[in-house]
Amino acid sequence: MSQTHLLAYAFGLSALLTPFLAAQTKPQGNQPASAHVEQKASTKQNSPIPHSEGDRIFAQNCSRCHTAPDGFSPNISGTVVRHMRVRASLSQHDEQELLRFLNP
Amino acid sequence: MPSPRRDFRFFKSLWSARPLLFSVVVLFATQYGRAQDTPLISGGVGFFTNTTGGSTTYLPIISPLLAAPIGDHFLIESRAALLEDFTPKTGGQPGYDHSHFIGLTYLQGDYIASPHVTVVGGSFLTPFGTYNERLSPIWINNFQDGPLIQTLGVMTTGVGLGGQLRGSAVSRRNFSIDYAAYFSARSGNEQFNSKRSSGGRVSLYLPEKRLEVGFSYGRLLQGTHENFYGTHVWWEPKDSTFRLRSEWARGQHAQGYWVEADYRPTNFGGLDSWIGRLEPIFRIQQTFRIDNVASDSLPAINTQRADFGLDYNLPHNTRILTSYSRQFSSSGNVNIWEIGIVYRFLFPAWKGKQ
Ligand code: HEC
Repeated sequence: MSQTHLLAYAFGLSALLTPFLAAQTKPQGNQPASAHVEQKASTKQNSPIPHSEGDRIFAQNCSRCHTAPDGFSPNISGTVVRHMRVRASLSQHDEQELLRFLNP
Repeated sequence: MPSPRRDFRFFKSLWSARPLLFSVVVLFATQYGRAQDTPLISGGVGFFTNTTGGSTTYLPIISPLLAAPIGDHFLIESRAALLEDFTPKTGGQPGYDHSHFIGLTYLQGDYIASPHVTVVGGSFLTPFGTYNERLSPIWINNFQDGPLIQTLGVMTTGVGLGGQLRGSAVSRRNFSIDYAAYFSARSGNEQFNSKRSSGGRVSLYLPEKRLEVGFSYGRLLQGTHENFYGTHVWWEPKDSTFRLRSEWARGQHAQGYWVEADYRPTNFGGLDSWIGRLEPIFRIQQTFRIDNVASDSLPAINTQRADFGLDYNLPHNTRILTSYSRQFSSSGNVNIWEIGIVYRFLFPAWKGKQ
């Protein structure tokens, strides 16, 4: 009985999610989520190069565990990146590129 | 029935280290180097309510974090929790009982010794699986409650007292491997509560596919020694706002898993439209008892639970979390409703050099 319920819920939810997902995985032209984050970071931080190495590393890592920050004071960019290097075990190269990206 | 407040057992405190923390902060005020290395204060402040089987509890909480670099290779980080828990009086009496808690969750020093090795010392979040280190901050988790298996592998308290080696073993454009290995001493001190144990985690991340797979191991080294195994799979398809996170863990006496999917609709005016700010979440969890030695804080009987969440991401780093859960077990089924609001803050500890 309870098992059946649970399965029914799970099924219902996947059914609900599928169209969203299908719509989502189609190339969306102007609104991919990570670009949104990149855009945000780039505009907030005034990055002159839109697709730098740092941009890529930011997009591939900074929204993995939490919503990427909307931008923060340049005074703490080194602290944030060092903290996240430790927390996410990023490489030294990633750290350097992120710093460059956040402090153009 | 598991306590909906089990998260807060993690806020084991190092409160007695206040003077130490304070002097460290004062030290940095004079010693930090580059302008961008100004210490920061971050964290979350929230108000949560939980209604389990008709009885409602309220929980205001603030959980600040300090991260302060010293020189080029060192970082001190610490998180605290201050909370007040209101629960209805039992025995049909009107009114609420309340209790509060203040303490440091962890306090650690990180020394970046080489490109591949960071040495961590102090009281740290146990590196096992993903929930403890990544999702336990109140502003990160999509649900108010941690998963039912959250105490498995993290030696119940969620913090270790000792040392840790961690870092990036390999990092290429299309894959990276990272690791963490720790040893913790036994500490019965209320402020530094940890178990003698050791263990670690290895993960493989494919950045182009946004796919991560990892394995964790832990061994309890006091009393009857016990082994814990875990694995996690996280996937966030590229160019999508869909996220899938899952974890399985097995201890000596129980095992279980959770799978969580969440999604932000972007097809209706982007993430900043009112629909784009919605975030439906679904999590399914099961726990299984292997024997009746319930030393691991998992439910005493096999339990299944489905969590349906709907979060709303307001502007200015504020988030409303709501969820309905149905928990099934042979001792009876129960409904759990949760509503909360969390604000995430982040600012420099002081105005830095320009
Ligand atoms: C492995 C998961 C993970 C990844 C990847 C990650 N973060 Fe974090 N981040 C966290 C956690 C967990 C916290 C909260 C730490 C705590 O409360 O103990 C956090 C906190 C933060 C904060 C708050 C300030 C602070 O230092 O605590 C900022 C800003 C931040 N992250 C930015 C980033 C950026 C930028 C990236 C990309 C380089 C990133 N994060 C990648 C897990 C992650």
